Amino acid sequence: MATQSPQRPLPPGPVGQWRGERIDRLAELAATPPDERGESLTRETLRRLRRSPMAIVGAVVVLMFVVIALVGPYVLPYPPTATVGLDQIRPGQIPGPSAEHWLGLDHLGRDEFSRMLFGARQTLLVGVVATLFGFSVGALIGGVAGAANSLGSRAGQWLDSVLMRFIDLLLAMPPLLLAFSVAAVLGRSLTAVMIAVGVAATPIFARLLRGSMIAQAHRDYVLAASALGVRRNRVVLGHIFPNSLAPVIVQATLTLATAIIEAAGLSFLGLGNPNTSIPEWGTMLAQAQDQLAVRPALAVYPAVAIIITALGFTLLGESMREALDPKLRR
Amino acid sequence: MARFLVRRLLQVIPTLAALSVLLFVWLRALPGGPEVALLGERATPEARAAIRDRMGLDEPVLVQYAAYMRDLLRLDLGTSTQTRQPVLEEFLLRFPGTVELALAAMVIAVGVGIPLGYFAARRRGSLLDNLTVGGSMVGICTPIFFLAFVLKWVFGENLGWLPTIGRQSPGADATHITNMYVLDGILTQEWDAAWDAFLHLMLPAIAVASIPFAIIVRMTRASVLEVLGEDYVRTAEAKGLTHRVIRGRHVLRNALLPVVTAIGVLAGALLSGAVLTETVFAFNGIGLFVYNAIRNSDYPVLMGFIMFIAFTFVLVNLLVDISYSVIDPRVRVR
Amino acid sequence: MTMVVERPTGRLLEVSELSVVFRRRGQRDVRAVDGVSFTVDSGEVVGLVGESGCGKSVTALAVTGLLPPRGVEVRGQARFGGADLLTLDPRTRRDLRGREIAMVFQDPISSLNPVVPIGVQVTEVLTRHRGMTLRAAKLEAADLLDRVGIPDPKRRLREYPHQLSGGMRQRAMIAMAVACQPRLLIADEPTTALDVTIQAQILELLKDLVRDSNTALIMITHDLGVVAGMCDTINVLYAGRVVESAERRALFAAPHHPYTVGLLGSIPRLDGVRGEPLYTIPGSVRDVLPWHEGCAFTPRCSRRVEQCVAGPPDLTQTPDRSYRCVNPELAPAVGTGVKAAS
Repeated sequence: MATQSPQRPLPPGPVGQWRGERIDRLAELAATPPDERGESLTRETLRRLRRSPMAIVGAVVVLMFVVIALVGPYVLPYPPTATVGLDQIRPGQIPGPSAEHWLGLDHLGRDEFSRMLFGARQTLLVGVVATLFGFSVGALIGGVAGAANSLGSRAGQWLDSVLMRFIDLLLAMPPLLLAFSVAAVLGRSLTAVMIAVGVAATPIFARLLRGSMIAQAHRDYVLAASALGVRRNRVVLGHIFPNSLAPVIVQATLTLATAIIEAAGLSFLGLGNPNTSIPEWGTMLAQAQDQLAVRPALAVYPAVAIIITALGFTLLGESMREALDPKLRR
Repeated sequence: MARFLVRRLLQVIPTLAALSVLLFVWLRALPGGPEVALLGERATPEARAAIRDRMGLDEPVLVQYAAYMRDLLRLDLGTSTQTRQPVLEEFLLRFPGTVELALAAMVIAVGVGIPLGYFAARRRGSLLDNLTVGGSMVGICTPIFFLAFVLKWVFGENLGWLPTIGRQSPGADATHITNMYVLDGILTQEWDAAWDAFLHLMLPAIAVASIPFAIIVRMTRASVLEVLGEDYVRTAEAKGLTHRVIRGRHVLRNALLPVVTAIGVLAGALLSGAVLTETVFAFNGIGLFVYNAIRNSDYPVLMGFIMFIAFTFVLVNLLVDISYSVIDPRVRVR
Repeated sequence: MTMVVERPTGRLLEVSELSVVFRRRGQRDVRAVDGVSFTVDSGEVVGLVGESGCGKSVTALAVTGLLPPRGVEVRGQARFGGADLLTLDPRTRRDLRGREIAMVFQDPISSLNPVVPIGVQVTEVLTRHRGMTLRAAKLEAADLLDRVGIPDPKRRLREYPHQLSGGMRQRAMIAMAVACQPRLLIADEPTTALDVTIQAQILELLKDLVRDSNTALIMITHDLGVVAGMCDTINVLYAGRVVESAERRALFAAPHHPYTVGLLGSIPRLDGVRGEPLYTIPGSVRDVLPWHEGCAFTPRCSRRVEQCVAGPPDLTQTPDRSYRCVNPELAPAVGTGVKAAS
């Protein structure tokens, strides 16, 4: 019987270990049994969330962001790529806010407000795609590793160990530099950036899902199901996997926030789409660096937007993580 | 202890080997192929043929790999397409500057972060606590290069308190030994030069410190909160020990353990931060060099950089691992 | 080496109407302690007995001032050496702790700092309260460890808690507690986490230490066997209030309060009738009535009458005990614990 519960095989060093431990902790939370009152974890979590100011603020911000992202492109005063005010641009002078252009123009004479509105959708896209990518690949690797481990066979343990060594290696690299390595290979495009950031997020999801599955595997109800004769595979797929969702949702929320920021960083480094007409907050911020002397506000708008959005997702994610943790009874 | 060291060193080797394989594949996966990557777009057909020959690009993969490893072990990281100098030399020239920046940032992050995290935990729920948690979250959510720009604009150009360009003022005539300008100034007793370099270090260090600071504050706070609820703290209180003793010996010594392990992660954040910050301040460290390398598709530098980081991280990890076993007695008996 | 210290005899600690209420946002108030009163004389061994959750540990924590500062409301009095501990300023209280009043806790592995050597955890008490130099403190610490029965004490000073066995850890905790010859020692379930054989040794140790130095001991436990062997006076707690308080022999020979009767009756006996189901008190700790409405034990009591829910039962004082019950069991219990002859 697989009585050993190796939360992690020996990683190459404490860096991977530290990040790994935090993730393992989150994963274990999913395996918490319902509390005394018999309330399921979900219901109690939701109840705590409703009371947490952090969660409410985060949720509101996220909601606003999503609404703007979805609706924004339909209510633009001007097309975001049209250089409507080109004639007003002089060297060393870019018009600021006015009645026709609420946030003024950018360095190519485009309406900044429209670009910001449209940019919301692109930015959301970047965050979502990167997170989805990280999640799918990560969940695949982590799920396979976790399942292999839970099956208890020698071969399974070995597979798990190999996969996790690889993941720990990735985990030990700083995410920005990992993303940049990937983006360098894939060439200059927004897609490359999204995938690169996704790759950087992959090890976290892999670790999470694996940890979650392993923590579940030792839960009593799983042993009970086994004792009842339910085949191991069904137990894994039918019970363990669905229950591992909660921490994944938490992590996805947090990853979304950092994905947007990392993407902005990569654009700053010059790895984004060289064609900058399509507005995305990260690219807009990176570009505005060239206009700092003339109109610094062009950097401030997208930066503030990014900060607020990332903050919203982070608040939501952190409050969900806290709500999930039974130890944090106030 | 020696056995432990040897064992850890041996564990490091497969990691480095795996990394080298990854890089080997990476170089060959670059658009245009390795010869374009290594020489640049404007390389002549002869040069390309020469490098194909030298790298044995038409040979079987294993032979190529052997040649690659040979170069690596000889510390030959190639030549920069921008400066036409050996990559390793360029790194060694500029790395000390970044190290100085990273150290300064670390001092700020730790020196401010740990006390803040501790007091936030002690006064949980207070205004200080909420501001601290909120502030650290904002810190993580702010793109570093934007923060760098804001610092530059506010403190440099507008208030004029601190210099914002480069590592030392133009015209300053300083002797350099280690290439860490503040240290050099102290070693040669050229106090003006040291002070000048120190001032130039301030703003970039604050920008780079932002993420590690946020991480340290949150970790310390969480860790202290957890430790405060432990039974042995209650025992210490029951013994009537002074606040200071309880704080130092019982709370912090346990609470800071996980923070030490996080230093490896923080080193990563420092390096990423440096890459993003140095250009804003024209700070001539390795970050600026790599930034330009990306802009100019200088692949030897990029590849060398990745290998360089990997090596540095493995080293840092090892050091942290060792220090952890020194600090936590429970780990030692392995 | 025994130490006979001249101690004034007489009342040492007087707890009256102590109540502790835990207030948490969004949750009901929890009255952990609801009007507890008891006394401890110098050199006396007093037992606080009850099931988990009856408030005995919280009582001790309240008296020593170890409850969290926020979210807790403490009322009542705890007079110690002429001052009320509950209203003392924090600094004075901190000075008293470890020196005049010491505590030993339940789980020695979690109650000891894992990253600090045992020796330091002992010497820190000595340097703090007795102003010793580190060198003198180390010598004294080795002596203390020896006195509590830890072999090879000098080597142990440098060891860490995880390197010691459970029994030795608890002995070390006791050494830390008696280091400054406190007038009052409070032991909160000191043997619950230990093996049975070690339990007996630890209890013997406590008894010896207490007798030699005339220290008073408050023994908090759920185990009647422990109190039977050690305590002079026993206070039985239920739902945060003392329901019966008597000298040891009197309590075991003739328990009056139905709860005490139930507790004693729950102890399986070798001379009981074989094949009969073991007796347990019906219901559970949760089936409780708030004290201000009546007797908290009513839902589980086999002797309940109408008056039980008319209001909180008054304290009845008799020569050999006191109890709170309107319908107590007055006949001497058959076949429970200590026989009258011993």
